[in-house]
Amino acid sequence: MVCGKGVEGIDILLTLLYLFIFPGFLFLFAFSLFTEYLDRKIYARMQRRVGPPFLQPFADLVKLAAKEDVVPEKAEHFMFTAAPIIGLAAIFAAYLYLPIVSSTGLHSFNGDLVVVLYLLTIPTLALFLGGWYSGNVFGQKGGMRVASLLFSYEIPFFLALLTPALIEGSWKMADIVHFEISHPLEFIVSLLGFVIALIALQGKLERLPFDIPEAETEIVAGPLVEYSGRRLALFRLARDAEMVVGAGLLAVVFLAGPEPIVQLEPVYLSWIVGALVFLVKTLFVIFLLILMKSAVARIRTDQMISFAYKWLIPLALVQIFIAIMVRFLGGI
Amino acid sequence: MGRVKLPIGPQHPALKEPENFTITLDGERVVDVDIRIGYTHRGIEKLMESRTYTQNLYLVERICGICSYAHVENFTQNVEEILGIQIPKRAEYIRTLFLELERLHSHFLWLGVAGHEIGFDTLFMYTWQDREVVQDLLEMISGNRVNYAMNAIGGVRRDVSVEHQKKVLQGMDYLEKRAEYYKEVAINEKTILARAENVGILKTKDALKFSAVGPTARASGITVDIRKDDPYASYLDTPFDVITTNTNDVLGRVVVRVLEIFESIKIIRYLMAHLPVGEIVTKAPRKVPEGESISHTEAPRGEDFHYLRSNGTEKPERYKVRTPTLANLPALAEMLKGTYLADVPIIVAAIDPCMGCMDRVLLLKGNEKPGELVDGERLRRYSIKWFAERGWKA
Repeated sequence: MVCGKGVEGIDILLTLLYLFIFPGFLFLFAFSLFTEYLDRKIYARMQRRVGPPFLQPFADLVKLAAKEDVVPEKAEHFMFTAAPIIGLAAIFAAYLYLPIVSSTGLHSFNGDLVVVLYLLTIPTLALFLGGWYSGNVFGQKGGMRVASLLFSYEIPFFLALLTPALIEGSWKMADIVHFEISHPLEFIVSLLGFVIALIALQGKLERLPFDIPEAETEIVAGPLVEYSGRRLALFRLARDAEMVVGAGLLAVVFLAGPEPIVQLEPVYLSWIVGALVFLVKTLFVIFLLILMKSAVARIRTDQMISFAYKWLIPLALVQIFIAIMVRFLGGI
Repeated sequence: MGRVKLPIGPQHPALKEPENFTITLDGERVVDVDIRIGYTHRGIEKLMESRTYTQNLYLVERICGICSYAHVENFTQNVEEILGIQIPKRAEYIRTLFLELERLHSHFLWLGVAGHEIGFDTLFMYTWQDREVVQDLLEMISGNRVNYAMNAIGGVRRDVSVEHQKKVLQGMDYLEKRAEYYKEVAINEKTILARAENVGILKTKDALKFSAVGPTARASGITVDIRKDDPYASYLDTPFDVITTNTNDVLGRVVVRVLEIFESIKIIRYLMAHLPVGEIVTKAPRKVPEGESISHTEAPRGEDFHYLRSNGTEKPERYKVRTPTLANLPALAEMLKGTYLADVPIIVAAIDPCMGCMDRVLLLKGNEKPGELVDGERLRRYSIKWFAERGWKA
């Protein structure tokens, strides 16, 4: 397979393999649980704790799925059930567009970056809806917080992620990845954007210091307070998968994803090498997210909003300005 | 959403004990707070009237799981005062050592809890691990981690050996280093500052008006410390400073407690260097003559107040305990008004509440429920009658 040609046009079996096994859903499922393990283990070690055993996240998921699943009387049954499914589906769909094994995803087209960004907004909305329709005052309070914080991290996240696209002049992730690998200087030019995107991603994932919507000591678990059993398991899986896809997106846009690609025969061997490179970069991003989480306290809603509008968004605009200047001055 | 009534408690992750704060919210702002207490009334005072003074030593220690020793100290001081016993100097020093070790572990514990309330679990894990050093020292000397059973009426039950003194001093060196680190973190960490600065304001005049005690009052610039104001045990001989700040906020309460850790370490070092030789206990009679006594100590959370009335028997006639949490609750209601919902847990935690120790008895007030006072004898007759009416044997 020639680099950049993508996986279109290969036989149906390989497509199914790609879609469901590797690097498709099964792999995402396993990798998400591994990420949760890593998150909990490293966080624990930094707090001088032992941390969970390797299979703990999987065991938790199985246990939750086997437990009684209660829908409260006051909850809107349909939306309450739909919310976790919509959230998880959106993340799995976004995952398919990420270039993981080669420089293109399952289907690469101009504008796929925007589609992924859009799909990654849906889980937040699902969380809001789930909390809102749970009929619980804590859930509604949490849902309100989710909705009111949405813009404070989505705007800087979008702006920061569009920087490499501006430098390169394409909305196609495959092009961005190519450009980055042939112009290493871009790493430095978009470093500020990477930091902003990292902080905004932390907010998107509702992790410390931005875990305001589910602040345990204030509103118990926020939107998730009424969820139990299978639905809660889906939400938790969605949370883990969102971390993988979000970190993966950063790895693709700022760190050139699976590139440099090594050409090997048969084709799946080079897939594996590409995926390994992608994994290392994704894990690096995830590691940074964990570091951030263990060194801070939770901030307040108003503090987060003012932080976003006073710092993140202006800095993201500065980054965009830099990108435009670079482009006009003849590129890098 | 308009105004929402949010029940915090009796069961809530932010509260380690059952109590209820019904918070009226306007958006994220707290408009009004209604505090309901009395969920964990255990009837300890009544129970004490049916036990001998020696048995009560162990009961009174179980009022609190953190400042257990402050309660025992109060109880023994009360009994000794009525008996007119002067305890040996060495016993006084050992008691002071325990009072200060208790303050150390309580403040380390509080620092962790405060961290947890603002979502800083790393701080929580760190401080609780360091607290183990104090717990180990307490266990080494007394054999117990929480309820040390150190006091006897007339002195203490166990001596502190030279070996113990060495270990205690080593522990202090370690804790001092850690406390330095926490001081740095508390004063410099941006997210902690964001959550603690100008939060839960209690002005000096309000602190006086609502009779706040302990670190809560000291963080509002009031120099009140029973150890200095009415010295007990060996505090008269021991040099130390009363820490106050005038920032009136949660950060001030953090700073006061962290700096008090240093003062406690200073006191313990002094005690270890000047431990007098001699007996550790004087013999006390079993029966306590008729009399009344009050005693107060500076528990880690503030002034702990005890009252004893004896009637010449082996058992007290009346015993009354007022813990520092109760004294701080009116001030707490004042602090909560007008804050954000997100700040409620840390403001509540900042007074270091211990609800289980505080709950005494629930009185029905006002005329919504007409009630009458019934003495024990009438209640007994009523129950006999009640059972007889149903043909049961009382």
